[in-house]
Amino acid sequence: MMNINCPYCGLRSEAEYKFGGPAHLARPGPANEVSDEQWANYLFMLDNKKGVSAERWCHSHGCGQWFNMVRNTITHEILQTYKITESLDKKFGGQDGAKN
Amino acid sequence: MQKYSVLSLARNALTHHDGWEKAWRNPDLKPSYDAVVIGGGGHGLATAYYLAKQHGYKNIALIEAGWLGGGNTGRNTTIVRSNYLYPQSADFYDFSLKLFENLSQELNFNVMLRQAGLLTLLHSRHDLEVMRRNLNAMHMNGIDAEWLSPQQVAKMAPGINMSKTARYPIAGGILQKRGGVARHDGVAWGFARAADALGVDIVQMCSVTGFDIKKGEVVGVQTSKGQIKTNKVAIAVAGHSSVLAEMAGFRLPVSSMALQACVSEPLKPLFDAAIMSGTIGAYISQSDKGEMVMGGALDAYPSYAQRGNINNIEHAIAGVLEMFPNLSRVKLMRQWAGIVDIVHDSTPIIGHTPIKGMYINCGFGTGGFKATPAGGWTLAHTLATDQPHKLIQDFTLKRFETGAFIDEMGAAGISH
Repeated sequence: MMNINCPYCGLRSEAEYKFGGPAHLARPGPANEVSDEQWANYLFMLDNKKGVSAERWCHSHGCGQWFNMVRNTITHEILQTYKITESLDKKFGGQDGAKN
Repeated sequence: MQKYSVLSLARNALTHHDGWEKAWRNPDLKPSYDAVVIGGGGHGLATAYYLAKQHGYKNIALIEAGWLGGGNTGRNTTIVRSNYLYPQSADFYDFSLKLFENLSQELNFNVMLRQAGLLTLLHSRHDLEVMRRNLNAMHMNGIDAEWLSPQQVAKMAPGINMSKTARYPIAGGILQKRGGVARHDGVAWGFARAADALGVDIVQMCSVTGFDIKKGEVVGVQTSKGQIKTNKVAIAVAGHSSVLAEMAGFRLPVSSMALQACVSEPLKPLFDAAIMSGTIGAYISQSDKGEMVMGGALDAYPSYAQRGNINNIEHAIAGVLEMFPNLSRVKLMRQWAGIVDIVHDSTPIIGHTPIKGMYINCGFGTGGFKATPAGGWTLAHTLATDQPHKLIQDFTLKRFETGAFIDEMGAAGISH
């Protein structure tokens, strides 16, 4: 069981949260110039990282807010939780000036 | 291969069973092979076996990072069935069930197939309506399945809570009589022994560390036990598919998640069929040893930890106990998880990858065991002929671009 630190509510049990896919995905565009391959890549193809991974989660049975979380998928260790408007920390592979 | 039979049993009894050969060799890795199969679970072993048996490959290596059948092959709940919704899935899974029906003879190894039926429980008017449609689809696809009244369900599942006030009242059921269980270790060992007899080098504790790829074509595999030259690679590694794909430089629409199961202490025979309920998201069968084997839905977030969380398994067991209150004092013996490869439409991906000479079998998610022989059969065909087998021509990676999904989410019996 994980205890997850919601950026709005603090530490709560995993049972209150819902996983919502990878974080920091850039949507390709403009839409009419995006090929089927690019859409498939954006919608379906996943890094599915074994190890440290940036994810979106929702505190669905709490405040209802979406936020980001850096988590190790082997140990389930939670390294950071942060608001969805914030960028990925450089120590986890975030880049200067990168859009979230 | 030393044939297993009543005669050989009697003959070996005379020598106090000291004369049995090892079921398979333990060879060293050679520098070059005609084909390399990665993954020593059921699907990989079946692929290697059918490559040797059906396609005449004589120089095959099968490499496995851990031990044979130690991943999802040894962690599933051993259920076999073919009650799917769409024609492509019905054809594929029923072919698999037919291979299962003859597998013990084919491999000269008892896989302990017990076709005692697969009973899907229906709890509400909505279940009845949706599943009537599914049953009709199964009949259209030529799959045997029968509609059961609540009384027929009660007869098949002694102890089930038939009370009108039950949390999950029994409104009916669907029975696939040819469904049932098989011994999962037996399937892995049987394929391993038969493949070894046909000359397949099975190398355990050998993990892949990289691929040699030239001009988009695979030319070798780097492993922890040395480099292998080959221009044909088959990958069947379930939850670790994305890890190998990354080494080869492509991505997959796969999420790796933990699926849990558990067994109770052994009991006297209670019921024969494997029983599942989509509504409560759990399933239960009784093993030949008498243990109640139970499983639930996915831990719905990515994980490579083979353990699973407690609230999910508690939820599944709570559902089982609502249906079978007489099991409430039974003790659990073991609980575990396997890392399964979930894709969006609950249909596997079998066939070509973006790398020439590299083929993959993944995306079975929560339901790979029943497909073991067919997964191996079709992947072997695709590798040997470089053409997709007709049963899997819609199970391509390309469908994620074209949108030609085969959405088996509802029919798969368990939420995923």
